[in-house]
Amino acid sequence: MSFDQRNQHRRALWLGIVLMASGLLLVVVGVGIGSTGFESVLAARHDPIALQIVREIRLPRTLGAWLAGALLGLAGAVAQGLFRNPLADPYLLGSASGASLGVAVALVAFGASPASTQWAVRLGLTGAAFVGAVVAVLLTLVLARGVQQTLRLLLAGVIVGVVLGAAKDLITIASADVLQAIQAFMLGSTGLIGWSACGVMAGVTVVCLVCAWALAPVLDGLALGEATARSLGLPLGAMRIALVAVLSMATGAAVAQTGLIAFVGLAAPHLVRSAVKTTHARLIVLSALMGGLLLMAADLLARWLVAPQELPVGVLTAVLGGTYLLWLMHRRSSRGSLA
Amino acid sequence: MRSRHADGGRLAAHLEGTCLNTVMARNRIISALGTGCVLMALLLLATMPAQAVVVTDERGAAIDFTQPPQRIVALLPSLTESVCALGACSRLVGVDRYSNSPESVRGLPQVGGGLDPNIEAIVALKPDLVLLAKSSRVTQRLEQLGIKVLVLEPKSHADVRRVLDALGQVLGADDPQRVWRAIDASVAAAAQSLPPQAKGTRVYFEINSTPYAAGESSFIGETLTRLGVKNIVPAALGPFPKLNPEYVVRANPDLIMVSERSAQGLEQRPGWSLIRAVRDGHICRFTAAQSDVLVRPGPRMGEAARLMAQCIMDSSK
Repeated sequence: MSFDQRNQHRRALWLGIVLMASGLLLVVVGVGIGSTGFESVLAARHDPIALQIVREIRLPRTLGAWLAGALLGLAGAVAQGLFRNPLADPYLLGSASGASLGVAVALVAFGASPASTQWAVRLGLTGAAFVGAVVAVLLTLVLARGVQQTLRLLLAGVIVGVVLGAAKDLITIASADVLQAIQAFMLGSTGLIGWSACGVMAGVTVVCLVCAWALAPVLDGLALGEATARSLGLPLGAMRIALVAVLSMATGAAVAQTGLIAFVGLAAPHLVRSAVKTTHARLIVLSALMGGLLLMAADLLARWLVAPQELPVGVLTAVLGGTYLLWLMHRRSSRGSLA
Repeated sequence: MRSRHADGGRLAAHLEGTCLNTVMARNRIISALGTGCVLMALLLLATMPAQAVVVTDERGAAIDFTQPPQRIVALLPSLTESVCALGACSRLVGVDRYSNSPESVRGLPQVGGGLDPNIEAIVALKPDLVLLAKSSRVTQRLEQLGIKVLVLEPKSHADVRRVLDALGQVLGADDPQRVWRAIDASVAAAAQSLPPQAKGTRVYFEINSTPYAAGESSFIGETLTRLGVKNIVPAALGPFPKLNPEYVVRANPDLIMVSERSAQGLEQRPGWSLIRAVRDGHICRFTAAQSDVLVRPGPRMGEAARLMAQCIMDSSK
């Protein structure tokens, strides 16, 4: 058993290294892909515009995609552990809709542009998205009466998502000026991420990773059942609240910078789990790495597929991630159970 | 961007600067030389296309131009058309996906649409001015990257006039108001061409089948007012209100103006067969190209007025 455990730990470590390495590789590739193609990199040394494209546009957006993906992957891993539900995902739990409602309210109230590059605006939007995400998760939990029933939780999440989405629509229709801005925001795009957005996400990622790492034992306990978790002497209530906060903060930070990006949070932990069986602490870190890699890869595809134009990356992840979800459900149901 | 501006006009600016300094520092000593210098400077200024121009845009930001921009990206079809109407079409280096007029802009690189502009594609075109709408998402990001941005969004006749004037100044056009005068004259001519019995026709102008209508306070409504017809959507409802279809039935317009695309099944909408315009067949279905002319607040508003007048004339026979 202990040998097996050590073996798994080693696999987890290797997976982490591989994910990091491929992440770095994709960053390098990401610097070379865009509407003007690779020649911008070659020209960067003597052409200030090419240098600007590489340093001020491609680099921050590539890193930003990685960070947003990492936040979503982390949120997904935390949600799936916390709700003991393999289909929990920031998008399906309604927290992403809540976050976008928060952003819409903030935009109408303060009249700022969602693509604003000022630090204060970025932090304010992140805060609003965070509050929205918390409200959504709490609503989902109240509707589902706890986390025990998988289907109930998912249904509640979907309902909350739809209701909050409709509330956001009402707000944006009432103020025509932000309508277009919000519409664009909802498509999900990494194209407008600058260094300030990167900074905010990097800060939140570090905080969330540390918190999640520290709180991971409670997820391991929960995986064995609530009674077991309680018998371990863990302060379940407080730790759950802290985990909801981490989940919402990660979702909020990602949504505020990139808009709605679906399914990255769902797919990342699954892909990690299919490679290694490990403790939640490692799972969370690996999911973050995997999420970052997924979104960065999707972003590269979005930039490259129809170059020199580009697709909104949220649309791409919804198509790819949705397919993955269907396949996952099909595989599970053919094995006999969904949950 | 700024440095490249300076590059182009460096020689002129240098000459001008030394001359002025000389004048200010030594105006008591060799005034004759000084006067000569001033004359030279004036000459230089006169031969330069334009002096420093400061334009206040839609955000209230004052943008100054030491030189007319030479590489322009326009992200709104009406702004593209305005630039071209002011004779600066050749200075456009990129446009948005929807800019399709005049013909010459169709070959230009497209840098996305209003919802999804592509920052990198815009920057790669090395523009010294980007023209865009208020709702555009890229304004701040572009400014952060050091690109001069002018936010202009014409919504009414007065706006179009103001935007043309501002653009004309920026571009250094010799007669910025010429385009507006042409629009104004065309609208007036279109109004004159209408027979007296056409006045007072009650018109419903549908933007799309949701239905969104053009109200009296929109630029389309303003044109209709100048043509002497009555809009069924009063100014109080806002420029482009979303209507309840029932409202149109109750208002019972004599004439419906609609684009071909959204006209499908118009007669079959519940209750609409009772509307006078539908009963008498007084529905103008504009082609996609005509619709582009009608819904863009730009230099083709005169042409739009002619299209509307033609429609009113056909239906009042």
